[in-house]
Amino acid sequence: MAVMSYRDALTQALREELSRDERVFLMGEEVAQYNGAYKVSKGLLDEFGPMRVVDTPITELGFAGIGVGSAMVGLRPIIEFMTWNFALLALDQVVNAAAKMLYMSGGQFPMPMVFRGPNGSALQLSAQHSQAWESWLAHIPGLKVLTPGTPADAKGLLKSAIRDDNPVVFLEGEMLYNTKGEVPDGEYTIPIGKAELKREGGDCSIIAHGKMILVAMQVADALAKENIAVDVVDLRTVRPMDVEAISVSVRKTNRAVVLEEGWEICGIGAQVVDFIQRECFDDLDAPVIRVHQADVPMPYAKNLEKAAKPDAAKAVAAIRKVMYLD
Amino acid sequence: MRDTLKRGEPRSTDSEAAANADKATADKANADKANADKANADKANADKANADKANADKANADKAPAIGNNAAVSGDNAAAIADSGPAASADGAAFRKELLRSMLLQRRFEERCAEAYALGKIGGFCHLYIGQEAISAGTMSVLRPDDYVVTAYRDHGQAIARGMSPRTVMAELFGRRDGSSGGKGGSMHLFDKGLNFLGGHGIVGAHIPLAAGVSWAIKYRKGDQICVCFFGEAAVNIGSFHEALNMASLWKLPAIFIIENNRYGMGTEISRATANEDVTIRAAAYNMAGESVDAQDVFAVRDVVGRAVELARREQKPTLLEMRTYRFMGHSMSDAASGTYRSREELEENMKRDPIVVLHDRMRGDDQLSDGEFSRLDDEQKAICQDAWDFADASPEPAQEELYTHVLVDTTS
Repeated sequence: MAVMSYRDALTQALREELSRDERVFLMGEEVAQYNGAYKVSKGLLDEFGPMRVVDTPITELGFAGIGVGSAMVGLRPIIEFMTWNFALLALDQVVNAAAKMLYMSGGQFPMPMVFRGPNGSALQLSAQHSQAWESWLAHIPGLKVLTPGTPADAKGLLKSAIRDDNPVVFLEGEMLYNTKGEVPDGEYTIPIGKAELKREGGDCSIIAHGKMILVAMQVADALAKENIAVDVVDLRTVRPMDVEAISVSVRKTNRAVVLEEGWEICGIGAQVVDFIQRECFDDLDAPVIRVHQADVPMPYAKNLEKAAKPDAAKAVAAIRKVMYLD
Repeated sequence: MRDTLKRGEPRSTDSEAAANADKATADKANADKANADKANADKANADKANADKANADKANADKAPAIGNNAAVSGDNAAAIADSGPAASADGAAFRKELLRSMLLQRRFEERCAEAYALGKIGGFCHLYIGQEAISAGTMSVLRPDDYVVTAYRDHGQAIARGMSPRTVMAELFGRRDGSSGGKGGSMHLFDKGLNFLGGHGIVGAHIPLAAGVSWAIKYRKGDQICVCFFGEAAVNIGSFHEALNMASLWKLPAIFIIENNRYGMGTEISRATANEDVTIRAAAYNMAGESVDAQDVFAVRDVVGRAVELARREQKPTLLEMRTYRFMGHSMSDAASGTYRSREELEENMKRDPIVVLHDRMRGDDQLSDGEFSRLDDEQKAICQDAWDFADASPEPAQEELYTHVLVDTTS
């Protein structure tokens, strides 16, 4: 296995899939000549040319719609949003067009396309550039929503997303692009809808996805020093959600903390907790606790930003609480 | 419902209209010859690389009899007016009769929809096309079967003009199993993949980028099809219109953007919504050709769309067209045709320019259609609509398990 960055893993996935299927093309702002705002598409213009790697004007609604139209007639667009914050302008195409076309047409028009880009907060980008959108998108029937947290998952899931005949929302972690990890050599894909147990431990389950996997692993490391063994369940896909994997873990540990980057109300964690109370009611030894962003727009000041974000310390405190250690 | 077709005494066309008519005939003859030549060339090209196109052609060949065929009295056999081909003469009686037939079928179909809505057989929103039929009939008559059509929610007329079966359309409106979307789409979401009829979209203006995307796919595959997109004049103020037109022109996409200017966005008159009522001026902002036409005259529609088709097919350049028309009904079934946001006098004045009457008058003037033949043709369309009604009425509701089908497909490629 090679060690590579999350960014390079994504680039590899794009390159392999562009090579594999000539119906696949990448479209978005600065993806071609500029090599991508986050350099995920670096080198692809030179390799595949301007019809396969396409720079657009700043017009999210428009080029998302171009993707939808081209998918209706059999192309397989990958629509890159420079960040998901800008994708709000295009949500009508994601939600009202891509997600519903198959149903409205009685099965006539599948939507084999991917909407992808960085999601969640970075550092001091303040309110409009620091948001995690997965709970909005996961709410919509007709979409699949993927949130890879490691380079290996990023590559394998992006390849699966591109090959899927449904509209797939692919949320990359803005703070993950430079993180490194082992990536299998050669051709591989990761099935959509399957969680992975990233760390095994019997004392408490921590259920997370996307960027929060990094935090969850830090938490597991820290608690290991206190002889507390944590099960880290990486959802990887938040729609469809792997309820079985959550249940197996919680039945084993009898305690759970759900960690997410987004806000509390109607968040992904709320859905996880609902599955837990339905599937594991008699297995629980403590109420499930959620860790999430403070219920405020993201502030700019460093100290306030830190206070707003979920982090390892907050997650450790939550685990100690469900274990009645404090 | 009442017959919306008012056939008063024959109205002699004024001199301007007559001059237009002559010009239209001449242009049309040329256009048709060009079409015929091109059709042959296209056949030779036969686009092996494009399996979709081949399938679409086949589907169309099955569904759409050539122009001049009399439609059988069955909702399942309604002919599309597409690709007139070498046999049809543009100013010939048979071809004109075919255009008239299409418009009459749309009119009678919509009248039955109003009736079905009043009886509760059709629910939800239902937007009728009455008064605007020359736009669909004229446009479809210059398209090839492998071209694409995308439209908004006032879509029954266009669907039928493109060749969708009145039976499956009516069954869809009734929410039945045999509807074009199995009863899952309804009035605003008519689709027919075999006819390259890509909906039927309910959000104002949101489908305009889709048409640009279809055109992008055509260019991507180096095809010579075009994509036509219909929308109302109120959509020219929404962002998706501008975003789509900009990219269509920037990237030289074979698209035709057709504004159906019936002067009212729901209940808001264009003068209350649009700073410059000359909507085709928007084309200049995108370095795009733009034309405006009296769309109650089906030949004027054919002419202007024909030119846009040539530009799109030959040079991959988009065009913005304004079709000046008027809807004779309310915005949907929930508002009165007049008396609230527009006066009865205005409505009646505009109904004098009924596109069906305009064409009928011309044919009568040219001794191409007797009143008896007109009545017979009209009766045939009414029978097709009755058949569609009966078919829809007899079709079962969708099975309960259909609730959860077509949310996702379980395939990968």
